Amino acid sequence: MPEIVPTRSRFKNPIGKYRLGRNKDCISCGKCVEICPYGVHVLRRGKVSVKNHYLCIGDDCPEPCHIACPVKALSVKRNPTFDVLGDYRWPADLLVSTWYMAEFGSVPPRGLEYKLGASGGGFDKLRLLFRKNQTAGINDEDNDIDVGVELNRRNDNAHRVRIEVPFYGGGMSYGSVSISTMLSRMRAATALGTFCCTGEGGYPDEIKPYDDHVITQVATGLFGVREETIQRVKIVEFKYAQGAKPGLGGHLLGDKVTPGVARMREAVVGYPLFSPFPFHSVYSVEDHKKHVDWIKAMNPKALVSVKVSTPTDVDMVAIGSYYAGAHIIHLDGSYGGTGAAPEIAKKNIAMPIEYAVPRVHQFLTREGVRDKITVIASGGIRTPHDLAKVIALGADGICTGTADMVALECVRCHKCESGRGCARGIATTDPELMKLMDIEWGTQRIINMFLAWRKEIIRILKRLGMKSLKELVGRTDCLVHLDYIKDENK
Amino acid sequence: MPSKYVIHTRQAPDRFKTITKSGVIAWEEGCLKCAVCVKKLCVYEVYDKRGLDPAQMTDSIDNQCMNCYRCVQNCPKELIHKSLNPEFKAMGDSHWTPDIIARLWYQAQTGSIPVSGAGYPGPFTGPGFDSLWTDMSEIVRPTRDGIHGREYISTAIDIGRTPKQLVFSEKGELTSDSPVLLDMPLPIILSVPSFGSLSEKTLKGWAMAAKRLGILLALPYGMIKGELEGYKSSLVPVFSHEDRPVCLGDEIRMVEVIWDKNPKGLIEETRALYPAALISVRLPLTRQADKEIMMLIDEGCSVFHLEAGFHGRSKGNPLLFAKDDIRAVHQSLVNKGIRDEITLLSSGGIAMAEHVAKAIICGVDGVFIDFPALIALECRMCRRCEKGLPCPVKIEAASPGWVAARTVNIFGAWHNQLLEIMGAMGIRECRRLRGEAGRAMFFEEVDREIFGSMDKLEEGFELE
Repeated sequence: MPEIVPTRSRFKNPIGKYRLGRNKDCISCGKCVEICPYGVHVLRRGKVSVKNHYLCIGDDCPEPCHIACPVKALSVKRNPTFDVLGDYRWPADLLVSTWYMAEFGSVPPRGLEYKLGASGGGFDKLRLLFRKNQTAGINDEDNDIDVGVELNRRNDNAHRVRIEVPFYGGGMSYGSVSISTMLSRMRAATALGTFCCTGEGGYPDEIKPYDDHVITQVATGLFGVREETIQRVKIVEFKYAQGAKPGLGGHLLGDKVTPGVARMREAVVGYPLFSPFPFHSVYSVEDHKKHVDWIKAMNPKALVSVKVSTPTDVDMVAIGSYYAGAHIIHLDGSYGGTGAAPEIAKKNIAMPIEYAVPRVHQFLTREGVRDKITVIASGGIRTPHDLAKVIALGADGICTGTADMVALECVRCHKCESGRGCARGIATTDPELMKLMDIEWGTQRIINMFLAWRKEIIRILKRLGMKSLKELVGRTDCLVHLDYIKDENK
Repeated sequence: MPSKYVIHTRQAPDRFKTITKSGVIAWEEGCLKCAVCVKKLCVYEVYDKRGLDPAQMTDSIDNQCMNCYRCVQNCPKELIHKSLNPEFKAMGDSHWTPDIIARLWYQAQTGSIPVSGAGYPGPFTGPGFDSLWTDMSEIVRPTRDGIHGREYISTAIDIGRTPKQLVFSEKGELTSDSPVLLDMPLPIILSVPSFGSLSEKTLKGWAMAAKRLGILLALPYGMIKGELEGYKSSLVPVFSHEDRPVCLGDEIRMVEVIWDKNPKGLIEETRALYPAALISVRLPLTRQADKEIMMLIDEGCSVFHLEAGFHGRSKGNPLLFAKDDIRAVHQSLVNKGIRDEITLLSSGGIAMAEHVAKAIICGVDGVFIDFPALIALECRMCRRCEKGLPCPVKIEAASPGWVAARTVNIFGAWHNQLLEIMGAMGIRECRRLRGEAGRAMFFEEVDREIFGSMDKLEEGFELE
C-alpha cells in the first residue's frame, strides 16, 4: 500500500465546524499552543495566533483552550459557513471529515460525524452490529485482514483480476471532469492496486501509462470508443444506465465541449453532445449477449462489466447479464452522482442501492449463480461504513465517484454543469479553472482518503471477528435497521 | 398520429429579487487591500455585478452567489463567510417547503427543467408522493425518448364517460349514447387557489395560460365576469352546495359541483342548464369515497374530483396521504368493474411535476393544480393576504401577460418532466400510466421487504 503523505487543502482557509476568537487580552503565553493536541494554535516569533480553525473539535475537546486560557482571551463558536455547507446525503460533517481523511489518511479524531449522513433512511438508518468487548482477532495485523476482491469468478479465459481494496473508481468522462482530476483518480487507483473507469468520453493519451488499471467504458453515445482502446485494457464496462438519470441519456452541454473534448469525442467544438438512451441495438438479453460477445471477440482476455441502474426488475437484469456472459454486474443506485441530470430523475426514478443489492444477491443465490459473478454496488456510497453495509447486504465490492470528488475538495454546490464548469477546478475543462488543481496533490488526496477507508474497513472487520471482507458478503445478520428494531430492544 | 404537443416557453423574469438559501457576509474592517483581491477572482463575477436594492433591502450578491466558497477560503484575513438566510427557511411550511418554492420560481422564470450536477441531495424518502419511486426500463423493455423528440410520448387524457360498448342498429346507426369526452393535452386542470392576492388581472392571466396550453381553469362561478367572459371555453365554473347553478352560456365545456349532501335534483338541474357540458362532482378524498362515487354513477355522473387537504392529506384520516386513499378508491372501482367508464381527478398538495405522475400511477386520470400556479407568480406562501395584509410581491398588480407567461412556463417545465418520467418507464401514453402501481416502488412496502428482518438487537451486542 502507498504511504500517507499529509496533503493540506488547496485553499488558504480550510472550512471546519468551529471558529476561534482571540481578543486583545491575549498575552501570548503559549498555553493554548501547548495543550491543543490538534495544532489549532501556533506560536510564531513570540506571537500566538489561530492557524487552523478547521482542526478544532469544539465541544468534544477534553481540555478546551478557552477554559484553560489564563486571561480568558479565547472563545469558540460554530462556523456560520459550516452550516451553509452540505445537504441531507452529504451533511457538512461528512464533507469536512472526508476532507480530513484526504489530508491525513485517517478518520477524524472527534467532533465530526464521519460514519453517517442525514438522509433519514437506507444506510443512514442501518447500523453495524458488533459484539460488545470483542477480543478475538482485534489485535491482528492490518495486513492479515484481506479486503481484496477477485473480479473474475467465471474462471474462463479472461484475466484473473484481483483488486487489493474493495472499491474501484466509477466512470467520469474526460469532459465532465478535467484531465487533472482524471489522472489523479487513475494514479491513485494504480497506487492502491485497483482500477478506475474512463467514463464515456474517450481514452486520453495521458492515461496510457496506467492501462493496466483502467476500465474503459462503452456507453450509448460510443464517444471515443475504438477497437484499440478496447484491446488496451483488462476490463471493459458497458454502461446501460446511470443511477442519477436512469432511463435517460447523458448530456454534455455545449460550453464543456472544448477543442480537447471535441477531438477526443470526434465531435464539434461548442455543440452539446447527447448520449442517447438506451443502446438502440439492445432491446433484449439476446441483443445484450451480442454486445458482450463483440467485446470478447476484440479482446478475449477482457473482463466484461455491465453497469445498470435499479428498476423494479433489477434481479432479472442481473441474471440476464450473467447469462449473456458478463463477469461483473455493476448496480448503480438512484442516489448516485452525475455531472448533470434533471432533478426529477435524481430524486424519483429507480430505487436506491440499499434495496437493489439484497434483491440481486438473493436472486442470484437462488438461481445458483451467485458465486459465478461479481456484484459491484455504487450510487450513494459515501463512507467506509456505507461500504461495509452494502457488502453485508450482498455486494462484493463498490465503485466510488462523489467521494473522490470530495477528496479533491468538492463542496457539492451542484454547479458542475453550468457555464465554465466547476468553479473549484475539479469538474471543468476550462483551461484557467483547471489550473486550480495539481495532479500530484489530487493523487495524494485520493490515496489518503482511501487509505483511511481501508483502515476503517479493517477495523470494522476485526470488530465483527472476520478475517476477510468475503466473509461479510450477504451477512444481513450483521446489520440492524433502526426503524425495525423490536420494541423490547429499543 | 396527432401533431406533437409543444409548449412554447419564454423567459419571464422575476419582478422582485428572490429569497436565497444563504447569504454572503463580507467585512470591510481589517481588509489588507490585496492587489489581487479574491472578490476580483470570482468565477461568477458576483462582486463586480453587485448592486443594492434599497426598496427590497436585498443585496444582489446573495442572489448571484453560487456557493463555490472560493472567496471564503482564499481571503487572507478570512473576512468573508457564508450564512444561512433565516428568511428562506421561514418560507412556506412543512409541505410547501422553501426548496419546492424556490424550484417552482426557477421553472416559472425559465420554463426549463431544473438540471444540476452531482447526485441527489435530498432525504432518503419523504411523506406522501415523495415516498415512492417510479420505474425505469433497461435491456429487456423498449424505452422512449420523448425529450429529444425521436419518439412521441403523449400526455393527453380524456375526461368524461367511456361506455363499455357502443350499440348499433341493424342499419348501422348508433343507438346507444355517444361518449362525451374532453380531450386534454395535459393531465392537468388549473384551479384558482383558496388564498392569494388575486385581481382580475391575475385571473385573466391564468385564463390566457389555460387557453394557450389547451387546458381548463376551474374557478368559483362568481369570478367569471368582465374580461374573463371572453375565455369561457377554457373555464370550469364551480358551484358550491349553497349555490343554485346559473347558466353561463353554451361555450362552457365543463362545470363542477361541490358535493356535500346536496339537495336532491341539483345535478339534474345543473345538467338541464348545461346539456352539452361535462359535470364534475367534487368530493372530499376519503377511503370511502368509492361508495359515494357508486351512488353518483347511478345518478348519471361520470367525472369525479377527489379533493385532498392543502398538504396532500386524506380528508377522512389526516394521518393518511392522498396517495393511500387514491390507490384504495381506484382499486375498489377496478374491482367493481366500473373504473374504465369514469374519470377520476384529484387535487390538494400537488407541488411538483413528479407528484402529477405519481398521483396518476396511484389511480387518477388527472389532477387539479392550484398553488404552484400562485407560486409561479413569486408567491412566498407567507399567507399575509389571508390576514388582509398587503402582498410582499404585489401579485395583484402583475400584468396578465406576465402571469400567463409564468404559468405557461411552469407547465412547460412540468410537461417535459412528465416526458422524462414516462420515457424512463417506457410508457408512451399518459392514459396508460394510470394505476400502473406495479411500475412504482412504494417505500413502505419495499423498505419492509428489504429491512424488516434486520430487527434483532440482542444482549451483548452494540450498534455502530
